[in-house]
Amino acid sequence: MSEAPLLYSVEDGVARFTLNRPDSLNSFNAELHTAMRQALKAVRQDGSVRALLLTGSGRGFCAGQDLSDRNVAPGAETPDLGESLEKRYNPMLRALRDLPFPTICAVNGVAAGAGANIALACDIVLAARSASFIQAFCKIGLLPDSGGTWTLPRLVGMARAKGLTMLGDKLSAEQAERWGMIWKVVDDEALQDEALTLARHLATQPTRGLALIKRALHASADNSFDQQLDLERDLQRLAGRTADYREGVAAFMEKRQPSFKGG
Amino acid sequence: MPSYLIVEGPSRGVLRITLYRPEALNALTTALLAELAETLVAAEQNAEVRAVVITGSQRAFAAGADIKEMAAHDLVGMLEDPRQRHWASIARFSKPIVAAVNGFCLGGGCELAMHADILIAGEDSRFGQPEINLGIMPGAGGTQRLVRAVGKALATQMVLTGEPISAHRALEAGLISEITQPELAVERALAVAETIAAKAPLAVRLAREALHKAEDTDLTTGLRFERHAFTLLAGTRDREEGIRAFQEKRPATFTGH
Repeated sequence: MSEAPLLYSVEDGVARFTLNRPDSLNSFNAELHTAMRQALKAVRQDGSVRALLLTGSGRGFCAGQDLSDRNVAPGAETPDLGESLEKRYNPMLRALRDLPFPTICAVNGVAAGAGANIALACDIVLAARSASFIQAFCKIGLLPDSGGTWTLPRLVGMARAKGLTMLGDKLSAEQAERWGMIWKVVDDEALQDEALTLARHLATQPTRGLALIKRALHASADNSFDQQLDLERDLQRLAGRTADYREGVAAFMEKRQPSFKGG
Repeated sequence: MPSYLIVEGPSRGVLRITLYRPEALNALTTALLAELAETLVAAEQNAEVRAVVITGSQRAFAAGADIKEMAAHDLVGMLEDPRQRHWASIARFSKPIVAAVNGFCLGGGCELAMHADILIAGEDSRFGQPEINLGIMPGAGGTQRLVRAVGKALATQMVLTGEPISAHRALEAGLISEITQPELAVERALAVAETIAAKAPLAVRLAREALHKAEDTDLTTGLRFERHAFTLLAGTRDREEGIRAFQEKRPATFTGH
């Protein structure tokens, strides 16, 4: 196993990020943050990337913040957690959410704290049957961050969001699927293959159109019905100008498989 | 003489000016400002031009002045800085300007955008006056036009902290009139400019002058100016045409007389 905190590769339009600090359940320290920031910037700039697959190495997906990086010694000044979010987590979550192509998360094991919310910030979340989600923040006197307080009510409703975040209990992958919090549960040994197959498929689809779908769905949280109709009009105008739209219609008329280029 | 502008048109009465210094996020060098001022002076004379759209790139409308250039000035250099002449010349332009803003609109860029009559901005745009971070302050209307546009509290916060605001905040505060998808800002600005270009030019010109008066004078004087301008239009052929077209339920054809 390489020493790099994040394994990064691009192949056939699919970028793969593997959180790689297995000894500490892939928790986030300064090095992993730096690597994530650089990798997110790289995929954004690499015109060949049309899908992102995010997963973890070892038995966990991500345990959130590495608390050994944050030890508050008695009598020492308390760290400014707001600054840590402002400088590290928030830019990462914004960059992840705003990627102009689909993001797939393969949750291979426990996803706790920020780790759970980073997974849930991806577009399509697959989880191994043995994986679990834990909003552990309340156990140490904190509130969910990395978008958790925004994402959870939208995914599972307010009652479940409050239960999850105030009790901090483990939620099994199967229960998460039943609740509609994630897309799908997969047998442990099949998870990586299935996630990669899905990412490869998405990387052959009309990428611009998929990016516009994301934009519209994200905006819907803050929009009225009327505003959303206006947004759909504006985004459809853009979608209708893409080469992929023309190809899609032509392929349909000619009863053949479309060949999308992502533009 | 390198050109920092792409000038297209006029088409349907609209001249389109694109700031083009991609290597420097359209930072406003003195040469660029001079070119913009000259372009507007020429557009002033051209009867075909009835409105102007100024735009930058998707990444930046303009990210400020050119710092290297500014650093070279001492006190005397500042006093004799030709930029003031160019700014004054841009401010004197008598036809409507619509700015389409995307990305960074900072410092001199924000000041230039505020020279426009109407601002349309993509929702990824950010407006700010970061001069204070360099130990200086806005010098081309930033402290004056911003207060008038967004009010004292927000303008003071922006100028003294140097922190930019989002397009949504700019819309709430009244700095911009419309927010669009980033890719549609220019299109929308052109549409607005073309709508204006189809109106009676004299009515547009006098209405615009009256609107400018409102920022610059007391209400009594402003109302008097408005009435004079309103009366002046009674002597135009376009007014007759406008009223007749309305009565005859047909679109008006304005000639500018």
